[in-house]
Amino acid sequence: MRNQKKLLRLDGVVKKFGSFTALKSVSLEIDEGEFFTIVGPSGSGKSTLIRLLVGMDELTEGKIWLRDERIDQTPANERPTCMVFQSLALFPHMSVGQNIEFPLKLRKVSEEDRRDRTLELLELLRLPKSYYYKRISQCSGGERQRVALARALAFDPEILFFDEPLSALDYRLRKTLEKELKDLHQRTGKTFVYITHSLEEAMVMSDRIAIMNDGQFEQIATADDIYSRPTSRFVAEFMGEVNLFEVNPEKDESFFKGKLFHEGAIGVHQDAIGLLMVRPEFVRFCSDFNETDFAFSATLVEEYALGSRTQYELRTVAGQLITVEKLREDRIDQELGSEIILGFDLINTHFIEEY
Amino acid sequence: MQRLNQKLGYLSALPMFAVFIIALFAPLLVVMLFSIMPPKVFSLMNMPNFKAYSVFFTQGYYKSLIWSLGMAFISTIILLVISWPLAYAMAKIFKRFTLVLTLAVVMSLFVSENIRLFGWVLTMMKGGLIEGYFRSFTGFGFDSPLYGVGVIIFGLVYVYLPFMLFPLAQGIAMVPDDARQAAADLGANRWQVFFQIDLPLAAPGIVVGCLLSFVLAAGAVAESKILGGQAVITIADDIETAFTFGQDWPVGSALSMILIVIIGALALFGISRVDLDQIMGRRR
Repeated sequence: MRNQKKLLRLDGVVKKFGSFTALKSVSLEIDEGEFFTIVGPSGSGKSTLIRLLVGMDELTEGKIWLRDERIDQTPANERPTCMVFQSLALFPHMSVGQNIEFPLKLRKVSEEDRRDRTLELLELLRLPKSYYYKRISQCSGGERQRVALARALAFDPEILFFDEPLSALDYRLRKTLEKELKDLHQRTGKTFVYITHSLEEAMVMSDRIAIMNDGQFEQIATADDIYSRPTSRFVAEFMGEVNLFEVNPEKDESFFKGKLFHEGAIGVHQDAIGLLMVRPEFVRFCSDFNETDFAFSATLVEEYALGSRTQYELRTVAGQLITVEKLREDRIDQELGSEIILGFDLINTHFIEEY
Repeated sequence: MQRLNQKLGYLSALPMFAVFIIALFAPLLVVMLFSIMPPKVFSLMNMPNFKAYSVFFTQGYYKSLIWSLGMAFISTIILLVISWPLAYAMAKIFKRFTLVLTLAVVMSLFVSENIRLFGWVLTMMKGGLIEGYFRSFTGFGFDSPLYGVGVIIFGLVYVYLPFMLFPLAQGIAMVPDDARQAAADLGANRWQVFFQIDLPLAAPGIVVGCLLSFVLAAGAVAESKILGGQAVITIADDIETAFTFGQDWPVGSALSMILIVIIGALALFGISRVDLDQIMGRRR
């Protein structure tokens, strides 16, 4: 019955620390060769989850399968998986070469083969071969990152786990390494499971993203779906700015009463209660109220320059703050405090049903 | 301002400097000079020769030295093995209980070494705490373990435990947990983690602990005198005798010099192999 391509399967995994439940029945399937990222704010349980997956902690309930083998009771050193630590956890008393060779030496690979493989890995990670003898303390942050990666790859794991390895680096280096990591994933064909608190980082690299909150998954989907079709308020708000309008047919004052449903474009039934989401780049500045499907007036409150884009904050008559983003060339020239007509089309919205 | 600070710095170091000269280097110098005087003289106004050193070989003092170094070596190894689990727990597991344990061990140092050793004599002697009670309950007695090499080593281990335990705990505290976890994750079993991660990363603590306990044990007298009943004579005992009953300062000095040189060389060798800054608090 089980799909051959499913590499890792979690079935109702629960982790409790005393009376505190860090993971509330998590289930998940990861495909072979996938770049899968788990995103969540700190305290969401993502680090707990990865520690269970590598075998550094024991789960309270549930099962973990790797291919057809149950691994949740297997100790870390016997699991065919490997992790790149947030701190990298390089061995300070060993040279770069010795660090990378470590897993090979444990497997009693001959000295010659070890060296060959290490030099191969140095090349794969674009480190000069002379680094073989270099001390870890002599390497820069980015270089250490690559050494940690090379060491994990030397282990030749079935799954390579990453515990926020880029979070300590500065912005530019992080951006470079994100792309390198994605490239490395494609070149090695390994399964990567990555943990981060930055959805932006996740979107750059991942095939699929799982958003985690309060010990469970909010949504598991592609980057595009997470951005444009979130299934909950939490996911919608996780990725930067978003405009959410309450939809409730029973309330008279509801802005969308009657208007939202006759089109049927977004598949919302008559009495649905929920949130209508419009990303800031889809809100338009209009000259009259008939230009778009929905239009309303608002007061310009604040303006922020974001480099390539400009962000505006406006307040509606009902008091709701609306965020609008425009490309630099499309920016408007309006005084703060002036009245502007805003509008958006139904096709650019997404309905999040709430019960 | 800078110059003034510098001057004040030197000035305030002066008292300590004077103490070092008078209390440490002066006696050392005197001992050094006496060691090259002919035996049994009490003045430095003699023709220097190396007769006192030759006595070391001809009168069997080398046996005492071998006993001292041998027992110090064995007790250091025993200390290392038995202190490791405790030091590991103090550094990584006990958390607040570590403080209680530290205080308890330090407290034992408040009582003089000799008194504690006599306590062990009363405990272990025939008719003492252990054997006496055992005999009165069962009717069977047994020989006292006192007055042998084994009990001397026991005494050394007992007395110098703190000097191994604390540096060791300090050294183990320097082993990052994630390095151990990473090693395990990369396939290392318990022993491989121990030999390839714990031991090398805790090396400064191990070296300091071993040096301290070895040096102290090699110069120890009380254990062999009180517990061992002079079953074997240690080199420190010989030195003491030479200066007191023997009335032979040059021989005592020569023996001292031999001990100092051997231990000094060992200490320098050990210290040169590790980065002591690490254990003194400066991080890598």
